Amino acid sequence: MLNFSRLKAGAVLCVCLIGIMLGIPSFIPTGHLPAWYPQSHVNLGLDLNGGSYLLLEGDTADLAKTRIEAMRDSVSGVMRNGTPPIEIGDISTRGGQLTFAVSNPSQIALARQRLSTITGSAAGITGQSQWDVNVLGTNRFSLKPTEAGLTQAVDTAMKDATEVVRRRIDELGTKEPTIVRQGATRIVVQVPGLKDPQALKKLVGTTAKLEFKLVDQTANPADLVKGIAPVGRQVLPYPDNPQGVPLVALKRPVVISGEQVADARQEFDPQTNAPNIAITFDAGGGRRFANVTSENVNKPFAIILDNKVISVANINEPILGGRASIAGNYTVQTANDLAIALRSGKLAVNLKIVAESTVSPDLGRDSVRAGVIASVVAAVAVILFMLVTYGRFGLYANIAVVINVFVILAVMAFLKATLTLPGIAGFVLTIGTAVDANVLINERIREERRRGRSVIQSVELGYKEASRTIFEANVTHAITGVIMLLLGSGPVKGFAVVLLIGICSSVFTAVTFTRMMVALWLRKNRPTTINI
Amino acid sequence: MRLLKLVPDNTNLKFVSLRKWAFGLTLMLSLVAVGLVAFRGLNMGVDFVGGVLMEQNFKTAPSIEAVRSEVDSLGVGEASIQSFSDPKTLSIRLPLPNGGDEEATNRLVKKVSDDLAIKFPGATFSKYDTITGKVSDELITRGVLAVGLAILGIALFTVVRFEWQFGVSTVVAIVHDLLMTLGFFALMRNDFEVDLNIVAAVLTIISYSINDKIVIDDRIRENMRRYRKMDMRDIIDLSVNETLPRTVMTSVTILLALFAMLILGGHVLRGFTAAMILGIVVGTYSSIYVSSSLLITLGLRADPAPRKGGVQDGAERVGPKVEH
Repeated sequence: MLNFSRLKAGAVLCVCLIGIMLGIPSFIPTGHLPAWYPQSHVNLGLDLNGGSYLLLEGDTADLAKTRIEAMRDSVSGVMRNGTPPIEIGDISTRGGQLTFAVSNPSQIALARQRLSTITGSAAGITGQSQWDVNVLGTNRFSLKPTEAGLTQAVDTAMKDATEVVRRRIDELGTKEPTIVRQGATRIVVQVPGLKDPQALKKLVGTTAKLEFKLVDQTANPADLVKGIAPVGRQVLPYPDNPQGVPLVALKRPVVISGEQVADARQEFDPQTNAPNIAITFDAGGGRRFANVTSENVNKPFAIILDNKVISVANINEPILGGRASIAGNYTVQTANDLAIALRSGKLAVNLKIVAESTVSPDLGRDSVRAGVIASVVAAVAVILFMLVTYGRFGLYANIAVVINVFVILAVMAFLKATLTLPGIAGFVLTIGTAVDANVLINERIREERRRGRSVIQSVELGYKEASRTIFEANVTHAITGVIMLLLGSGPVKGFAVVLLIGICSSVFTAVTFTRMMVALWLRKNRPTTINI
Repeated sequence: MRLLKLVPDNTNLKFVSLRKWAFGLTLMLSLVAVGLVAFRGLNMGVDFVGGVLMEQNFKTAPSIEAVRSEVDSLGVGEASIQSFSDPKTLSIRLPLPNGGDEEATNRLVKKVSDDLAIKFPGATFSKYDTITGKVSDELITRGVLAVGLAILGIALFTVVRFEWQFGVSTVVAIVHDLLMTLGFFALMRNDFEVDLNIVAAVLTIISYSINDKIVIDDRIRENMRRYRKMDMRDIIDLSVNETLPRTVMTSVTILLALFAMLILGGHVLRGFTAAMILGIVVGTYSSIYVSSSLLITLGLRADPAPRKGGVQDGAERVGPKVEH
């Protein structure tokens, strides 16, 4: 017991000192520390800082549908534009697959060969094919997306979407947003310090799929009202149509899409002074736009955002400068947000907000204040109680508890863990329970003294016997802590982090550190009796 | 300086002989708790049933009725309104709007907070949560799974480290603690919602309750080895009494810390702290009166001596006087 080597004591002291040193910055506001001092601040969670938490989920059903539609477009393209052209018809995208008929059955083999250039025989690292291609009867093809292909498509789309969401939020200029993917189809967005999350939500909720298409003027107005599209055409909603009918018939091919947008800015319409969005196309997009507008002078085209027509404009003359502007019912704010969305690219998959939590910075500040006051009062109460119960041994335990608080903060700062309000509760509980180890030890020492053992024997046995119990008790804590960390979300996780770190550090401070203090004291004074 | 001793030296209370009474009381309380949960029900928070929870700060304390009739007049569904210890803060709970897309939810939150800001000048929102049914279902599943796994994990650990009787008695005591906590939330359903924080509280209660039991179990095991010839009842009484100072000390320190949190820690964690306080009290009770005495009912015997860990055979036998 008394053999606490100098080396070991040095090591224990060193760990404590480093812990205290790295724990201190969290108590001091940023900027008040000398530059040479390690800046190891604990991050405050949204509930303490104020801010928004959004849980976004990708719409995979919609993604699957879009994917089949995209396949339909490329199938039509590759069949019609190849030499010799292959005429296809009876195209259907129902039932989660694409089917079409080749008009001339003798071209089946050729069609199949062309199909393989776009479906890819094997794709991805897994080497599994993305589409099951089958021939039905004499001249029908069916293309069904494979499970592996779809999973891979979802994965890619979510990866892209996460990137796009990050770009958009960066444009908002908030500090330290966190955007991480969670599971297969979700993204967690955390933006601290926001007063009003409406703009943020609108921004991440906008798919920003921008398309320019030509308007089909041949559509029968009676059918159009009912939403029936002419053969090979499509009807899309046009909520702000000045001509009344909130629907427009369009030619399917996309003249130009959002990918060809090089830049988008909010500007003002020179005539009406209304806010609009000015778009600059990249080189390829500009050329294409020039060609199409030259070929279609005096015909209308539609600007479509997220499958809704925002405006229909007449092509008065070829537009050669590679620029266009979107006018709609915008305010400066909404136009600016849309410009950001267009600049950062479209989302490869629609995102829906499935859970949201927003805390105002004021409430966060109140929570921090209340949490700090509660922690201090709890600490003082526990410290006094330990002192009147165990005297000198209580004092050692108290020093250990205080060091423990610093060490927990230091470890959290080091691991870049976030301190949340439940985390503060975890702290308060840790203060209450870190002393449990010392209670166990000290009660055991009392008992052994009562049994008539000598001071040194009692202390030695106290530590030895209690250590086993402390170990077992902490393992059970750790089991629940790990479960909370793995299965918990949000507040539960924040609590578990502090709890787990507290378990590890309290074993060190409450057992090793106090043992050292007691050993040093016993060695120096060799008391024949102790007050415990 | 005379030091404080909450439990006098050589306390020797006959816990085991009280066990029939304790079991009866425990059973009765558990049944009451089950009845409360079944018939009164739990007030599930938006975390678990989905919906919108807004918290509004007012300049001056408004009457709940006035706010309720105002929110009802907006036609946004049935609002449940609750005040906290600070009467200037109200929580307003609303069902998710039909369709449930973010646009509709946004409009709902904006509509309510704008309207309240007009009718009650100076009212500002301090937080809001919206949870869709899909996510809340998952949270329930994960919460239940977490609690189940925690109990299972700890029971396994106890069985591996001790005898099977310890595992069973621990699980029985935990289930009792859980029932008491749930019963409390059913009883206080007007004051406390069951949300994610409560899951954290329940898990923590489980682990602290087990902590207590392990300390006592550990002592029982040690005493079984030390006093081979002693009757099991006496061993258990002795062990519970020997660890009683520690049990009381630790519970008191944790309660000190928790009461500080309850009174000063703000309203956000009130439910969590209240659950914890109840859990600590109930857990301490079940450690002293239920789990250890249950070992006798389960037929734990001092003979043959278990060999797992602990004090070696032939350890010296120095003990307090045990009055039979």
